[in-house]
Amino acid sequence: MTILRTTVTAILLALLAFAIFGPITNMLIWSVAETWYFPAKLPQSYGFSFWERVFRPQGNAMESLWSSVLIALFTVLASLAVAIPAGLALGRGSLPWRTFFLLLFLLPQAFPSIAVHMNIARIFYGLGLNGTYLGVVLVHTIQGLVFSVWIATAAFAAVDRELEEAAANMGASPFTVFRTVTLPLALPGLMASAIFVFLISLDEFTGTYFVGVPDVTTMPLLLFTASMEGNYQIASITALILLIPSVGFMLFIERFLKSDVLAKVGS
Amino acid sequence: MITRKSSLFLVAPAIVLLGLLFLYPLGYSLLWAFRDEEFGGWGLQNFIKAFGLYSNDILFTLIIVTLSTVIIGTFSIAIGGYLTLGENRVALLVLRWLYRWPLFIPFVVAAQLMRTFLAKNGMMNNIIVSTGLMEPLQAASYLDWRGIVITFVWKQTPFVALLVAGAMAALDRSTMEAARNLGAPRLRILFEIVVPQIATTLMVGLILSYVVMMSVLSVPLMINAQTPTMITVDMAWRINAYSDYGVANALGFISYAMTAVIAWVYLRQGVREGGKPA
Repeated sequence: MTILRTTVTAILLALLAFAIFGPITNMLIWSVAETWYFPAKLPQSYGFSFWERVFRPQGNAMESLWSSVLIALFTVLASLAVAIPAGLALGRGSLPWRTFFLLLFLLPQAFPSIAVHMNIARIFYGLGLNGTYLGVVLVHTIQGLVFSVWIATAAFAAVDRELEEAAANMGASPFTVFRTVTLPLALPGLMASAIFVFLISLDEFTGTYFVGVPDVTTMPLLLFTASMEGNYQIASITALILLIPSVGFMLFIERFLKSDVLAKVGS
Repeated sequence: MITRKSSLFLVAPAIVLLGLLFLYPLGYSLLWAFRDEEFGGWGLQNFIKAFGLYSNDILFTLIIVTLSTVIIGTFSIAIGGYLTLGENRVALLVLRWLYRWPLFIPFVVAAQLMRTFLAKNGMMNNIIVSTGLMEPLQAASYLDWRGIVITFVWKQTPFVALLVAGAMAALDRSTMEAARNLGAPRLRILFEIVVPQIATTLMVGLILSYVVMMSVLSVPLMINAQTPTMITVDMAWRINAYSDYGVANALGFISYAMTAVIAWVYLRQGVREGGKPA
């Protein structure tokens, strides 16, 4: 009985491992395949010539990699600029209708975003923001807003009030208290929200698809174009570049998001 | 310490951003679904045209997203349940390490992985053929509705399973242990004690997942763009090929409606069970 149970468990886990790592392995093989024609089970020849094509300094892959990173950095700055004050008000302040405001930020998650994106694109077109970095940064910022605001709120709410009061009692001005006590203590949570927003921006597809055309090409759009053209090597290398930060974040999220902050998310 | 007035002042920039970049375009999309842009005026023309052209795709979308949601729910309960009630230490360790991998992998990457993995000559068929379970001639491409469902389940299960496992871990273990001491099988404990207590978390996770799947464009475009396809592809097509925002917005309105129906069913269920839904 126990042996049977162990065997069944082992088989199920093996199937799960195959389901999760099979597609990833297939992509890894494609990324180093030089030639792979039907019906061969494995590539006829391996090599890194497609990597050279992707990482050529003047190639459009490097250009879209830089665009992606630049857009993600500015998205993080824009998110923090609005999320830190909002988080302070929601986590620390005496905001009327606090729950209403918290739920308001959740609203973008409650509607299928594609219909909103295509109308943002139409509005931006009238403003001359289509195909500009600013337009794409704005769309990404709104995508990440609920996470940045909610995590910042939780991070500020988790700061021990007695420490702030101690600093205030010793004569520190409110801004000095914020700068020397509140902000440093909330920093790990804010870092987590920054990394999360960076990742959301790096991976965003639909908004960029509508707003970024024709001038802004990010990594996900490059991956899409390469894949639709049947250029699986370029698509797989791009996919791998996007996969590494995603998996890294999954493996290390618990280090950044401490449980005391996590427990306060959404409360 | 922070007054009401300065709290409102601090939250204002975020609210303004949300208003300009979400509420305004949302209102725009709701309103313009009823606008006849060719002849002017308001009415249901866009909806008539949308249903005339895409009723198959609307049904297809509903079936795919609902089916994916059901499978995601089943897998999440299975994973969370094993993590809570499992007794094999090694299996627990492996499962905990394994199931979260696709959590943050973007849809466009997941679609690319599946595009090669599920193809007729993809790795999945090759391995099944090598094990002798299938003849090479029987190998078929899964890049149709099945491919979309597989990609959605692959990508979204970790998210719901993470929420479910977290909620299960926070439960009071004494009832489970009491039932176990009385000789109740673990499957019964799972469905009669554990799942009812985490039903709210499960439903919230599934609804969030449903909304996300309803708005993904890259997966149907890359896995199965021939008819019937998902309405997200049709929306992009109406705009890119015809600049037809009317029909695109009508389809968008329909996707909101399909989400609203699910949320409504869930809220009604909550009321009927006499508890607060969230």
